[in-house]
Amino acid sequence: MIDSVKSFLGWFFVTGDPMIYGADASIALVSIGIVAVLTYFKKWKWLWNEWLTTVDHKKIGIMYIIAALLMLFRGGMDALMMRAQLTLPNMHFLDAEHYNQVFTTHGTIMIIFVAMPFIFGLMNIAVPLQIGARDVAYPFLNALSFWLFFFGAMLFNLSFVIGGSPDAGWSSYAPYAGAEMNPGVGQNYYLIGVQISGIGSLATGINFLVTILKMRAPGMTLFKMPMFTWSILITSVIVVFAFPAFTVALALMTIDRLFGAHFFTIAAGGSPMLWANLFWFWGHPEVYIVLLPVFGIFSEVIATFAHKTLFGYAVMVWSMVAISVLSFITWLHHFFTMGNTAPVNAFFSISTMLIAIPTGVKIFNWLFTLNKGRIQFTTPMLWALAFIPNFTIGGVTGVMLAMAPADYQYHNSYFLVAHFHSTLIAGTVFGIFCGLHYWWPKMFGYMLDEVKGKWSFWIFMISFNICFMPMYFLGLMGMTRRMYTYPAGLGWTPINVVMSIGAAGMGIGFALMAYNIVWSAVRGKKDTTGDPWNGRTLEWATASPAAEYNFAHIPEIKSRDAFAAMKEARAAGHAETVPPYKAIHMPNNTGIPVIMSAFMFIAGFGFVFEWYWMGIPGLIGVVACMIARSFVYDDHHYIPVEKVKQTEAATGRLS
Amino acid sequence: MNGTQKQLKAGFPWKQVIGLILSLTLTFLALWIAVGLSLPVHVTIAIIVSLAIFQAFIQLFMFMHVTEGTEPVHQLMGILFGIYVAFTVVAGTLWILAYAL
Ligand code: HEM
Ligand SMILES: [Cu+2]
Repeated sequence: MIDSVKSFLGWFFVTGDPMIYGADASIALVSIGIVAVLTYFKKWKWLWNEWLTTVDHKKIGIMYIIAALLMLFRGGMDALMMRAQLTLPNMHFLDAEHYNQVFTTHGTIMIIFVAMPFIFGLMNIAVPLQIGARDVAYPFLNALSFWLFFFGAMLFNLSFVIGGSPDAGWSSYAPYAGAEMNPGVGQNYYLIGVQISGIGSLATGINFLVTILKMRAPGMTLFKMPMFTWSILITSVIVVFAFPAFTVALALMTIDRLFGAHFFTIAAGGSPMLWANLFWFWGHPEVYIVLLPVFGIFSEVIATFAHKTLFGYAVMVWSMVAISVLSFITWLHHFFTMGNTAPVNAFFSISTMLIAIPTGVKIFNWLFTLNKGRIQFTTPMLWALAFIPNFTIGGVTGVMLAMAPADYQYHNSYFLVAHFHSTLIAGTVFGIFCGLHYWWPKMFGYMLDEVKGKWSFWIFMISFNICFMPMYFLGLMGMTRRMYTYPAGLGWTPINVVMSIGAAGMGIGFALMAYNIVWSAVRGKKDTTGDPWNGRTLEWATASPAAEYNFAHIPEIKSRDAFAAMKEARAAGHAETVPPYKAIHMPNNTGIPVIMSAFMFIAGFGFVFEWYWMGIPGLIGVVACMIARSFVYDDHHYIPVEKVKQTEAATGRLS
Repeated sequence: MNGTQKQLKAGFPWKQVIGLILSLTLTFLALWIAVGLSLPVHVTIAIIVSLAIFQAFIQLFMFMHVTEGTEPVHQLMGILFGIYVAFTVVAGTLWILAYAL
């Protein structure tokens, strides 16, 4: 009896590695700490009422960003562990199996649990404000999306201490990810954790598509929308059409692993290549899902701090439309070397190069926006300016990779790793940091310190180049992706040492940014105007942080850069008449999204371990929550005029 | 207030229930044709693809309000883009995997 319990525990919890025991201990301590603090300060009720049950897009955005920052920390630690292992030849810091788990976790976390949620967070904060709306189209669904993402991410992270991590790469290729070659629960965690958060992403896509199409303030035609909103509209379309392929692929592989089907195993008539095919049918649009929004952020920031309207607005829009169409016909460039016929490779080679054209057009638009602008070098602007050259290197090497014959040489070498980090870090990460600094005052009502912000920018940006520029050459020298160690004497050692120094520098830059956040929370300059940057778009027309209802009066839009136009009119002495306040209609908070997602987590955990006694009741819980929700009729309330008046007076807008 | 009353008056959602039953029937019919009958592969594929297209229409009309809405251009664009993506994934997959099938 005792022995069987012992052997169960030994299998259930990951054992044997001191680092994991350290993680166990720190997870336990942090959890106890959080519970203790909440209890001591009697904050449970506050947490439930203000955060867990909220449907306010601004608070949901903040929760997305907090979660994404925590995940960025974990993904970054994984990156540093990999770099530590690879610094010198023949190191024994991580063994092969452990290294595989670390790069798998790093890649999955960075793409699915950092890049996407961070962007979802920023769009939750900014889009409704930019279009003059009081919330998103489906506030309940919005909360549900967040909690599904959150519990999906938690499930995935649990694999580290319970059951074992997946190790088949973030792309989880069959047949290695199948049940025969990869027994155990690790791969199940990947499939189900990512699936749960993927449902949330799909719902977010639908939500923002409808929000932007339906909830714009009167007068704001599509071609008067801010560029960030445009980028989110197009991203939402890509999300809606790309995610189903991934949902299906994950479901098929789950059926393979749990129920013994053979969609992806050759022996029984399946096709492992079908996995790669479906994965990348989602995977390539996915890279645009994490890029187009930051293109939008850079467009806003560059226009704001060059003090000009964006150059070539319509061209910007149409090039994003072109990208959204083309992004669905390039997916094969991720597996040119799987032995496709020549016409197939030729087609996808050309389509991939084509997509560089609209992207290049956008680069020139930003450059022309800067041309003759009065440029103000704030922290967000620095991130935006650094993006242009650094990202262009990623784009150019992408075109190199797009040439199918040449890709036989580059494929899965460190040249590729350098390429996608040039786009993902110099594009997505610079972009989310840029947006974070830009919209921070709107989120919290105070500024992040500029001096510390600039230091963290320079350290991070320079270290990024120290880490990833040499990596291209390392790839050309023959070092391949996902190798856990290498022999001495290949000439790779010096470059690896330099890269690890760069990686450590990026860690320091990020730590400084975290310090800046904490420091500014205590000492940061308050933003009393609501418009600290002299912004051009509507989010700056309301208080920082915006009231629950965003705008006491829904603004009327007459032109692009609506807020800049309002300020000009005001300066020209056109007095605005303030009509009387009306009661404001808002959605009620609800606990159903978080409870339903918790049931989803329970179900997911059950299916990971193939414990159907746990999985099925979990799913029943999910359905019960849906039924409960469908009987909620009283789902909205009115904020009375008095309350609106008070709030507006408190933020000094009633003068 | 208003919304609540409208919801209550709407009555029993027959359309959705019928749509649900039809969808379930079509799905299980397809499963039975593929697993239960041993028809030639091409015939099976032809039947289940036509069932799938039929079901897509049921979804569009019973659940997805294609006939409603103030701006039909949104519906049109959505459907066109959907057809484009569906065509790409099916035709592309067949083309890519042709040498392996
Ligand atoms: C501190 C910055 C970072 C460093 C030092 C770093 C380093 C690495 C290393 C060493 C690998 C493994 C290479 C291999 O063994 O094949 C890797 C893989 C990867 N990284 Fe990063 N990375 C960083 C940031 C990011 C970010 C921000 C993203 C995405 C937003 C990202 C996405 C990926 C992906 C998708 C993989 C592939 C994983 C796989 O092979 O399955 N990385 N990174
Ligand atoms: Cu791609």
